[in-house]
Amino acid sequence: MSTEAIIETQDLTKIYSGQAAVEKLSFAVHRGEIFGFLGPNGAGKTTTLLMLLGLTEPTSGRARVLGLDPARDPIKVKSKIGYLQENMGFYLDLNAKQMLGFVGELNNVTGDEARKRIENALQMVGLIDEAQKKIGAYSRGMRQRLGIAELLIKEPEVAFLDEPTLGLDPDATNRMIELIQRLCRDKQMTILLSSHLLPQVQKICHRVGIMIKGQMVAQGEMDQLAKEKLGVGQEKYTLEEIYMKYFQEA
Amino acid sequence: MGGIKSIIKKELADHFSSYRFTIIFALIAMVSLVTAYMVGLNIKQELEGVAKPRFIFLMLFTSTGTLFSLVQFVAFFGPLVGLILGFDTINREKNAGTLSKLLSQPIYRDVVINGKFLAGVAMISIMVVSIVLVITGLGFLTIGIIPGMEELWRIFIYLIISIIYISFWLGVAILFSILFRSTATSALASLAVWIFFSFFISLGANVLANALAAESSDASTEAFVQQAKIVKAFSLISPMELYTDATATIIDPMRKSTRSIVSVGPLENLSMSRFSGPLPLAQSILVVVPYIISLVAITIICFAISYTVFMRQEIRSM
Repeated sequence: MSTEAIIETQDLTKIYSGQAAVEKLSFAVHRGEIFGFLGPNGAGKTTTLLMLLGLTEPTSGRARVLGLDPARDPIKVKSKIGYLQENMGFYLDLNAKQMLGFVGELNNVTGDEARKRIENALQMVGLIDEAQKKIGAYSRGMRQRLGIAELLIKEPEVAFLDEPTLGLDPDATNRMIELIQRLCRDKQMTILLSSHLLPQVQKICHRVGIMIKGQMVAQGEMDQLAKEKLGVGQEKYTLEEIYMKYFQEA
Repeated sequence: MGGIKSIIKKELADHFSSYRFTIIFALIAMVSLVTAYMVGLNIKQELEGVAKPRFIFLMLFTSTGTLFSLVQFVAFFGPLVGLILGFDTINREKNAGTLSKLLSQPIYRDVVINGKFLAGVAMISIMVVSIVLVITGLGFLTIGIIPGMEELWRIFIYLIISIIYISFWLGVAILFSILFRSTATSALASLAVWIFFSFFISLGANVLANALAAESSDASTEAFVQQAKIVKAFSLISPMELYTDATATIIDPMRKSTRSIVSVGPLENLSMSRFSGPLPLAQSILVVVPYIISLVAITIICFAISYTVFMRQEIRSM
């Protein structure tokens, strides 16, 4: 892991009809790390992700992703970032292979290369045996894993995962968390993970950022945040304690 | 970018496999078959022992059988096809959460809407062309006539105008599918527009004309003409009128103008058309060009509005 910043924002601000959803946000994500993007619902996490993807234009401030400006170069940025959106939708009457084939086509991945990538992606997320089933018959956990397979088709350097574990049962949650770890370890992906499952985040994330009411109130390594907030000598802390401390202060 | 091709491909596959398409296609195929068959029998009977008039083949499309002619049928129900194909284009994907997935792929946003519109136009073309082919085939069977070159050209132009006309309604439906989040609302809104233009415009035109140039029993010819002009100008707001006027002269070469101001009895009408010569193809085209241009213009305007609204919408609200 290096400290080269792969995502960087400076005073990023988004105002929706007079209200600031994201306010003067500055943070950085380093290459190869899993960055835990925390915060209550409606704190502006998804809006931030949309701006980083070039799907929404910031009102002011700027962002750089892989050296590109998403507001100027959205197509290039989108081809390099895998985005797993919250409550993602699927074409329910397609099967997994067709869905991945379609995503491949949109990314200009076709022919043998597409077949190879689809096979590998299905293998990695453990859906190879269900590849011919219609997505409509998939469980929620399987759909989320298919979502991961979709972003693997792009072979992206960076993945934004917005609530990938939302609504999953404990077993499916663990599989998802393990999968995310493997993406980082085996595929060398940089991952921006937004989640409310603090124990899991604590387990797999290298650094975290806490966003409240459109502002990043803290970012850094968890040990360091624990020192700042809970006092020195707290060897055994949980991320939840840190989070609640910040949340109550805000 | 190969994006638009894959979107069109996917849309076409969706259309072909949908029940919706199967149902409207079956309905339309049935109606056109029945109409064409009736008209064919009718023509055959009427022409027993009479010298063969010109453009007998075109009569397959214009003469009314027991119900209505095919041209009338397309003018009235064609919009419905466009609306049904398009009313949930964008909001269905919004509601399913697949639109933001599409947009987070490396494609331009307009590719989505262009691809969907083009796929719809392709569907419409397939539908209209196959109906006309069916009728042509039936014409061969029932009256045993072979269309001449000019008739084929006229049918071809008629096809083009019909495709543009139905595409306009597809554009209207797509616009509503962008404006409204619920598919039921967008379906209802497009139906409302269709009903408004098909029934109320002609009614409104008459009311307006009456108000502007009052009709009375001792009205002069000038006043009468004045009123007819107002009715006509006002009804041209309606795409249906535009379409009917545009196709009338193309498909019915005996007509000299798009619409006669003075109404004449059916017998007089018949004798007039019997003895007058047909308008040459080039002249017919000249007569309808303004209508075709207007049709294309309103289609483009409608699509442009959809386009602008869609490009400006915030993804968050998708």
